[in-house]
Amino acid sequence: MAIPLSYNVRNLRLRKGLTIMTALGIALTVATAVFIMALLAGLNRAFGTTGDPLNVLVLRKGSNSELAAGGIQREAMQVLKELPGVTKNSRGEPLASGEDILVIVLPRKDGTGEVNVTTRFLTPLGIEMRPSVKLIAGRWFTPGQREIVVSKSINQRFARANLGDTVHIGNGDWTVVGIFDSVGTAHESEIWGDINQLATDFERTVYSSVLLRATDPLAAEALKNQANDDQRLELNGMLEPDYYASQTKSGRPIRFVGFIVAVIMAIGSSFAAMNTMYAAVAYRGREIATLRVIGFSRPSIVTSFVLESLLLSLLGALVGIILMLPFNGMTTGTQNQVTFSEAVFSLRMTPGVIGTAIIFAVVMGLLGGIAPAWHAARREILAALRD
Amino acid sequence: MTLARFVTKNAFRNKRRSVLTILSIGFSLLLLTFMMTIWRSFYIDEVSAQAAQRLIVRHKVSLVFNLPGFYREKIRAIPGVTHVVNEQWFGGQYKDDKPENFFAQFGTDPQEIMQVYTEYQMPADQLEAWQHDRAGAIVDSELARKHHWKIGDRLNIKGVIFPINLELTIRGIFTAPTPTESIYFNKTYIEEGFPRVKGTEGFFAVLTDSPESVTRVAKAIDEEFRNAPRPTKSESEHAFQLGFVAMLGNVKAFILSICLAVVFAILLVSANTMAMSIRERTREVALLKTLGFTRRSVLALFVGEAVSLALIGGLLGTLVADVLVAGAARQGGFLTGMKVTPPTMLAALVVAALVGVVSGFLPAYHASRVNIVDGLRHIG
Repeated sequence: MAIPLSYNVRNLRLRKGLTIMTALGIALTVATAVFIMALLAGLNRAFGTTGDPLNVLVLRKGSNSELAAGGIQREAMQVLKELPGVTKNSRGEPLASGEDILVIVLPRKDGTGEVNVTTRFLTPLGIEMRPSVKLIAGRWFTPGQREIVVSKSINQRFARANLGDTVHIGNGDWTVVGIFDSVGTAHESEIWGDINQLATDFERTVYSSVLLRATDPLAAEALKNQANDDQRLELNGMLEPDYYASQTKSGRPIRFVGFIVAVIMAIGSSFAAMNTMYAAVAYRGREIATLRVIGFSRPSIVTSFVLESLLLSLLGALVGIILMLPFNGMTTGTQNQVTFSEAVFSLRMTPGVIGTAIIFAVVMGLLGGIAPAWHAARREILAALRD
Repeated sequence: MTLARFVTKNAFRNKRRSVLTILSIGFSLLLLTFMMTIWRSFYIDEVSAQAAQRLIVRHKVSLVFNLPGFYREKIRAIPGVTHVVNEQWFGGQYKDDKPENFFAQFGTDPQEIMQVYTEYQMPADQLEAWQHDRAGAIVDSELARKHHWKIGDRLNIKGVIFPINLELTIRGIFTAPTPTESIYFNKTYIEEGFPRVKGTEGFFAVLTDSPESVTRVAKAIDEEFRNAPRPTKSESEHAFQLGFVAMLGNVKAFILSICLAVVFAILLVSANTMAMSIRERTREVALLKTLGFTRRSVLALFVGEAVSLALIGGLLGTLVADVLVAGAARQGGFLTGMKVTPPTMLAALVVAALVGVVSGFLPAYHASRVNIVDGLRHIG
């Protein structure tokens, strides 16, 4: 017969101080793990959900980044535009956008230094091809003007990125005229400006990338292959989502440090939980013996104490998760290892993160509970009663 | 019986509890030491005497823009400058894009690079062999050890930023005080395959005549090119490297918050143990007081016990951290060149001792105030 769970709950409540301190220790560990997992979830979302599967990104052959030297010639762009399978918009223009990427340095608002920010130069057609990016303040840049539009995150995180501010790029000052929201995608780390103005300013005659919109998924695959196979053009075509997905490797340093931190803290917390459970067992020697005398079997006593340890760790998990809730959605940045510039992303406590955190706490509870529970069940009844 | 023996005897009265507490504190301090080591290597690592004399000149807007090559001679003319060398980040791939195969490749001038990086050690004949081979390269000794390279080996690097592939031959292996994860090759190799970079350089490394000149020379260089179409940004090598750390994100806040969480967690663990152990001994405390021990000495006994447990855990943690970091540093990558130094260990131990004092004080204070008669009547 099983010992009712309320027995364990009452015991935890009886020894409030001990329960709270142990649970808090576990909570801190869970909170740290949640923090790291939420960072990675945010990073994965930024890169994993950017790009339309109908869009084909074309780079120079051998390059895997838009930031490579020696881009795509204007003539190649003409060829790409005319390829079969490229969609046309309502005005009959083929949806092909030649773009250029520059990296500029902006100071962080919180004074933690200057970082590289990706600046994408494109035409209004390029904006049209990314319908998920919405203007939330001001207006889009006017072609032929030194004007830029910044993302919501850039606006929040950097000094000199408010409407009306100017940013020095190359020969001139570019005015911030608008703010866009890209709902957590990789464009959230970008500033957008007019490519023709840039070409004039910098005497740049090549594009660093060309984005093509295909009529359907089959055409997208075909466009990608055509770009890859054309020997004259020497290009490298890929589906836009695949390009951004490859940038998730930027999370490697966080994952590496995070994994070590979480594992070591978990081991430390397991020992602490074990200590508490051993104490719980020691205090209740006579009680356990009495339970045995009444007729509860050894397995039911083991189960009961393991459950008590699990309750303790779940309480810790709950507190830890609640502690981290205020940080959900907080934006932060790290270095994008493909473009060597700031990748802005938000902490995201997804159901997956919460679920993993709970499993993590359960493992700590099991590690801490099994040995003491075993110890409790094994004691001689007579010896325990005589204590 | 001396005080020390009394404390040790009591600390290990409940062996299992003491061991578990020590292990728990040990693991936490292992982590704390690890985080402090990262912090130290990022922010307070002592700059070598040679590095303190160097500065890096790059394009003011961003490192991705090149500077005109003729800047080199103009910089050389500035008073206080001893040597200037050009460097071009190649950013290619060796084998694949796995992080363990990542290292820096710089195109440079073989005639002057070793005069700027004076701390690099390399046999003279190897330097000469490299200077005579346009497709030659020199590699860091640690990198060579990791990839099992030897002189004469071929190195194929796939161009990612540049549309050319390098086929290099290792002509020299240099040793640096801390591993650099770098190889150097002749920059003209890039120019031959990709003429557009001719006449431009990624950045310049400048050696000045003394550490004191660095700030003045940096200012003079930036002043020189202030109104040029391509203005410069000059900063000490250390500041330049810190710029890369800043790009990783808010590393300081990240490390600090983890350290805080760890310290708070050990505080809880330690306080828990002390509370348990002191409560069990309420009757003993009363007995000690009957024997004539003062409140203060009772307090000292318990705090001493907490401190010794925390210190043993701390010592274990820092020693294991030392071994682990040394092991990981040899694998290359993220921890390259990091080491747990005595000051870091000392700091971790001080934290441990403080945690011991704080965690032991409250329960010990309660115990020391117990009325003798109540205490003797207490049923633990």
